[in-house]
Amino acid sequence: MTDNVVREFAMRCPVPLPPGERVVLGHGSGGKLSAQLIRDLFVPVLGDATSELARLGDAAVVEVRGLRLAFSTDSFVVTPKFFPGSNIGELAVNGTVNDLAMMGARPLFLSAALILEEGLEMEMLGAVVASMADAAERAGVAIVAGDTKVVEKGSADGLFVTTAGIGLVPDGIEVGPERARPGDRVIVTSPVGSHGVAVMSRRQEISFSGDLASDSAPLTELVDAMLSAGDVRCLRDATRGGLASVLNELAEASGVAMVVDEAVVPVLPPVRAACEMLGLDPLYVANEGVAVAIVAPEDAERVLEAARSREQGAHAALIGAVEEGPPRVAAKMGLGVTRPLILLAGDQLPRIC
Amino acid sequence: MKYLDEYRDDGIARALLDDIARAVTRPWTLMEVCGGQTHTLIRQGIDQLLPAGLELVHGPGCPVCVTPLALIDEAIAIAKRPEEAIVCSFGDMLRVPGSSEDLFMARAVGGDVRVVYSPLDALEVARRNPDRTVVFFAVGFETTAPANAMAVRQAKQLGIENFALLVAHVLVPPAILAILVSPGNRVQGFLAPGHVCAIQGWTEYEPIARDHRVPIVVTGFEPLDLLEGIRMLVTQLEEGRHEVENQYVRAVVREGNRPALDVVAEVFEPCDRAWRGIGMIPGSGLRLREAYRSHDAEVRFPRVGGVPASESEICIAGEVLVGRAKPHDCPAFGTLCTPESPLGAPMVSSEGACAAYFLAGRRREEVSA
Amino acid sequence: MCLGVPGKVVEIHQQDGIRMGTVDFGGITRSACLEYAPEVDVGSFVVIHVGFAISVVDEVEAARSYALLAEMGNLEDIDLPKTADGVPAEHYRPGTTGTRG
Repeated sequence: MTDNVVREFAMRCPVPLPPGERVVLGHGSGGKLSAQLIRDLFVPVLGDATSELARLGDAAVVEVRGLRLAFSTDSFVVTPKFFPGSNIGELAVNGTVNDLAMMGARPLFLSAALILEEGLEMEMLGAVVASMADAAERAGVAIVAGDTKVVEKGSADGLFVTTAGIGLVPDGIEVGPERARPGDRVIVTSPVGSHGVAVMSRRQEISFSGDLASDSAPLTELVDAMLSAGDVRCLRDATRGGLASVLNELAEASGVAMVVDEAVVPVLPPVRAACEMLGLDPLYVANEGVAVAIVAPEDAERVLEAARSREQGAHAALIGAVEEGPPRVAAKMGLGVTRPLILLAGDQLPRIC
Repeated sequence: MKYLDEYRDDGIARALLDDIARAVTRPWTLMEVCGGQTHTLIRQGIDQLLPAGLELVHGPGCPVCVTPLALIDEAIAIAKRPEEAIVCSFGDMLRVPGSSEDLFMARAVGGDVRVVYSPLDALEVARRNPDRTVVFFAVGFETTAPANAMAVRQAKQLGIENFALLVAHVLVPPAILAILVSPGNRVQGFLAPGHVCAIQGWTEYEPIARDHRVPIVVTGFEPLDLLEGIRMLVTQLEEGRHEVENQYVRAVVREGNRPALDVVAEVFEPCDRAWRGIGMIPGSGLRLREAYRSHDAEVRFPRVGGVPASESEICIAGEVLVGRAKPHDCPAFGTLCTPESPLGAPMVSSEGACAAYFLAGRRREEVSA
Repeated sequence: MCLGVPGKVVEIHQQDGIRMGTVDFGGITRSACLEYAPEVDVGSFVVIHVGFAISVVDEVEAARSYALLAEMGNLEDIDLPKTADGVPAEHYRPGTTGTRG
């Protein structure tokens, strides 16, 4: 039962709230339910249709005294806290750094807010914080502000980290989700599915082993190289919801269609094997070090080469092209058949059948 | 991956499609029984590459789809007693609609529901939580019964008292028979489910083929398996034969898996089962034998689920599951009924025909005036 | 009921009185129960369903039957089949024509 104060505020909420409706995990998985929540609650209440918030870029770009600042925030709630190749602290730094980089900004400063569960081992906390320091140094950013809260046992899953960051967008750089045009090419910078599979391998219910590692990494240098090489229209990092979700978001924001060739999307062999074993589609599995770039066709080869010249982009691939709308995403498969890549409601669950 | 990748070869697929096209001289209606086979056929667009006149209708081989509504309500009711019980389940059961909610929603309001990959994982959860009863939602066909049987047999042998099965097992041959004898049946040949037959063999299908004069081909799940199976089926039909043949030679033998069948027979016995959407099919289910009845969740938690509400009136899951309708024949397909807000089980299970059609972008045919 | 994935047995041991093994699926390993595949050894290929080996892959049969398929694939001119409406398969878009089932 909602109590009176809550009800009073809820009535002031300008958008209708279906009575009895509850938040489900799908609202946080980066798919259709997430998008609905953002579109139907957050954007109308906190901003409006014309606001920077509504633009739904990876970061907001705001102008202050002639300078363009990129500003972004991200929360990290992954369990387990440490998994092959990375950990929640490193994710928290790289995640926000990458959100800023996706708007063409040079990331500069981060804040870090920690919510700690009573009983958390100090050694775990120390390890996370040390990882954050390492990641910040590697990414070339400084953590300049922070906060700590402790909640009763059972109220937070060990620890949660929220980072916020600011960066500067240089003059002449225009990158945004609404800028894709028919004819543009689609580039993916790195193999997909590695992060989600690495995390899953450590979950007690579905444990498995293999040459798996999260791909969490700062993408700033890679993005710089690509931006210098040609007309990059859109950039988005593929996180929860996977590559397919990002393509859908960009298609929606730009009002265009996209067709990609499934066979050329890079997937590391152990990741492919794990997805096969669990009945998952790698195109929908979470990533932490993968960016999608929509590039003007005449610059596509150059931008691809620039990506490949960087460690993070060694497996970069030209996977498809943008076509006339209405917004939809399709994947070409064998036998000349295409299938739609729709936005899923929530996370894929490993299937039995 | 060996024994997987090579069965996806495009060149061979095209050759098989060509062969099938050459063999077909008149219309045939075929049914693939297993949801996994439906999934591959629709996802890869194989059904639309087959020659005109060859129609594929989809069978009831989606255990998630046919699990009785009452048992889902039961699982939800048990989950909502987290101080006493933990419900463990395969992932795809979580979003199947019960009378008023699903297991996912039950978790959202504090129910203890955990996804597991294997029934032995659920047994492990029981070991680690001795103060609560772990109820494993035992759905599946003959393929999964041996695994579930082993889990409960281990529980008994190791003295793990706090482990119970909520049994929803269903059997394939009675379902095929029910389809064959139903009025208006158009199915002329069956692709039998390869992994079910890996366990049970195909001896039970021989009298069906003989008595009802339908060819049956035991078939695998990769594109080349399905195409080869269809080719074998079409060849039999064109030649007027009605035998049981085996396409899935790398994994299935006629006698099946004896050790698995023995353990299943030790733990389970046949019973009547109502299939969601289809109705009662006699002798089509499994239940725990007397010796294992103490590990039966329905005995530990006597019907706490209440009387199930009736299904949505618009949902035609029953018709879809027996191949009498295609998902996009349903007036609610893709509009009122989507994977996020399903009216019935076949739209929410990744193996359900409705979900397969939806995810593949099939839409309602335009009805001409 | 279907999701059965082929993998190679790389290790076998006893656990709680039943035969378990480690199975390698193209680089990913997971434990599985081998009680229903008593004849397997390290190196055998099995089909795994919900953490259990339900069948042993008959590699001889697989090779024989696949060789026949492969031969088909080589000898055929790549002759793209047409759909019901005569549209070559490579141009086919699901849902664009209303004639199929």
